[in-house]
Amino acid sequence: MRQRSTDQPTDRRMDLPTGLSTAHAFRRLARGLRLVLLIALAVLFLVPFYLLVRNGLATEADITGADWTFFPRSLQWGNLRELFDDSSVPMLHALWNSAVIAVLTTAGTLLLASMAGYGLARIAYPYASQVFYAFLVTLMIPSAVTFVPSFVLVSSLGWISTLRGLIVPTLFSAFAAFLFRQYFLGFPRELEDAARVDGLGHWRTYWRIVVPNTRPVFAAVGAIVFIGSWNSFLWPLVIGQQRDAWTVQVALATFTTAQTVNLHELFIAAAVSILPLLVVFLVLQRHIVAGAERSGIDE
Amino acid sequence: MWLSFFDAHNTVTPIDFVGLDNYSEILGDPSFISSLVTFVVFSLFIVPATYGLSLALALMVARLRFAQAFFRSVFFLPTACSYVVAAMIWKLSIFNGVRFGLANTVLGWFGGSDTAWLSTTSPPWYWLVIVTVRLWLQAGFYMVILLAGLQRIPRTLYEAAAVDGARPGWQVFRYITFPQLRATSVAVVLLLVINAFQAFDEFYNLLSTARGYPPYARPPLVYLYYVALGQGQNLGLGSAGAVILALIIAVVAVVQARWFGLGRQED
Repeated sequence: MRQRSTDQPTDRRMDLPTGLSTAHAFRRLARGLRLVLLIALAVLFLVPFYLLVRNGLATEADITGADWTFFPRSLQWGNLRELFDDSSVPMLHALWNSAVIAVLTTAGTLLLASMAGYGLARIAYPYASQVFYAFLVTLMIPSAVTFVPSFVLVSSLGWISTLRGLIVPTLFSAFAAFLFRQYFLGFPRELEDAARVDGLGHWRTYWRIVVPNTRPVFAAVGAIVFIGSWNSFLWPLVIGQQRDAWTVQVALATFTTAQTVNLHELFIAAAVSILPLLVVFLVLQRHIVAGAERSGIDE
Repeated sequence: MWLSFFDAHNTVTPIDFVGLDNYSEILGDPSFISSLVTFVVFSLFIVPATYGLSLALALMVARLRFAQAFFRSVFFLPTACSYVVAAMIWKLSIFNGVRFGLANTVLGWFGGSDTAWLSTTSPPWYWLVIVTVRLWLQAGFYMVILLAGLQRIPRTLYEAAAVDGARPGWQVFRYITFPQLRATSVAVVLLLVINAFQAFDEFYNLLSTARGYPPYARPPLVYLYYVALGQGQNLGLGSAGAVILALIIAVVAVVQARWFGLGRQED
C-alpha cells in the first residue's frame, strides 16, 4: 500500500499523457484481476451444489472409490426411483410434512404478521408506543433461546409429534410483523384517508386498499418465511420425535448421523429436498433481495 | 421460567420446589461454562470471517459493469440451502477425512497427506469445517445487505474525494466507503453475533454420530438440547439455562447498543 502512495504525484498530473495511460492500464489490470477472482469465488460457491447432484446421481463406487473423479462415470437416474421405493426411508411422507408445515406457516404468518404490522403502523390507541417497545424487546430475544420453555408448553398441551405442535408455536413472527410495519409506514396515507371518507373502517380499508397495493412485501416476507420454515431443524427435531412427524430436514439428519449410510440415496434425497426451495428462490428472488436489504436498515 | 425453580425430570408438572438450586447447579457446571467459551471462540472466527468475505464480495460485485445480477444470484443462492443439507455435503463429501473426500483430493494434488477433519481434536480441524459451512451459507445474504448499503452512499462524496486527489482504491475505501457504511456494518455484525449464539444445526449434524455427540464443541444451544431433552430430560435445569442465556443476550444487546450508539435513534 505504502509503495503505491509514492506514485501519487505522477497520478495527479493527469495532463501528462504517460501518467494517464499508466493509471489507465493499472485500473484495467485491477478490473481484470477482480473479475478473475469473482469467477473463481463463484465456482467455489457452486461446487457444493454440484457435489450434491453429482453424488446423488453417481453409483456408490463413484462416491467412495479410491480414485475420486470430479465428473461421475455414469449418471444413475435410477437412484431417484430407489429413493422413493425404499420403505426404510419415509422420504415422501417427510416431504409431505414439510410442505404442509411450510405452506400453513407461511399463510398463517402472512395473515397475522401483516395485520399486526398494520396495527403497529397505523392504528392509534392508548399505550401504542409501549406496545411497540415491548414488541422490539421480543425481537431482541433470539427465538432459539425460548425453545426449552416452548417445548414445555407444547408438551403440556400434548402436542408432541403432531403437526399442530410443529406449526402453531412458529406462527407468530415479530420479525415479519416488523417488516410489515416498516413497509406500511411508507404506504401513502392519502389512499387510506380516501377510503375512510368513503366510509370504510380499519378492517375493510386494510383488506380492500392496503393488501392489494402492497403485494411485493407479501412476496418478500412470504418467501423468507417459507424458506425458513422448510429449512428449520431444531424445532422439528425437538417436537417431531416420532417417525410420522419427521420433516425432510429431520429425516436427512437422522441418516447423516447414522452409523451406516447409503450415500447416493442420501445425496439424491438432499437434492430433492432443496429443489422446491430453489424454485421458490428463483421465482421470487427480486422480492427476497428487497426483503433482505430492508432487514439490514431497520436493526 | 416457572419450571426453573423446580426439580423437573421427565415432567412438566413438577411438585418439588428447589428454589435456586437449578441455577447454582448450572452455573457450577463446567460444561455450561465451556459451552459459553465455545460460543465465544466460534463467533471470534465466524463474525469477522463472514463480515470480511461479505464486504469483499459486495465491493467487488458493486464495481462490476456487467453480469452483476448473475454474480449476486450465485453468491446469494446458498441462502436457500438448509444447514442440514450443507452439513451433509461438508461432512460426507468434502471433509469426510478419507481419500475420496474432495478436500483430501485437493490436498493430495499439492502433496499433502490425508487429514481426518472431523474425528480428531488435535489439531482441532473441525473448526475449519464448522466455520466454512456457515460462511458459505450466510455470506451471500450479508453481501446483499452490504450492497444495499453501498448503493446508499451518495455519488457526490466520491466525486468530492476525486477532486481532493484521493487515490481510488484503499484511500477512498478507508475514508469514504467504510465510514459511510457504518450503520449497515453495525447491523450486520449484530445479526452475525445473534445468529452465532443460536448455532445448533451445523454443530449437531457435523459432529453428532451414531455414538452420540462428542463432549467438546458444544455451543449453548447444543448444551441446552442435551440437558433438557437428552437422557436425563432435566427440564428444570434446562429452563434455568434458558433464563441465564436470555439474560446474557439482554446484557450483550444493551452493551452493544450503547457501544455503537444505537440508542441515539430514539425517535
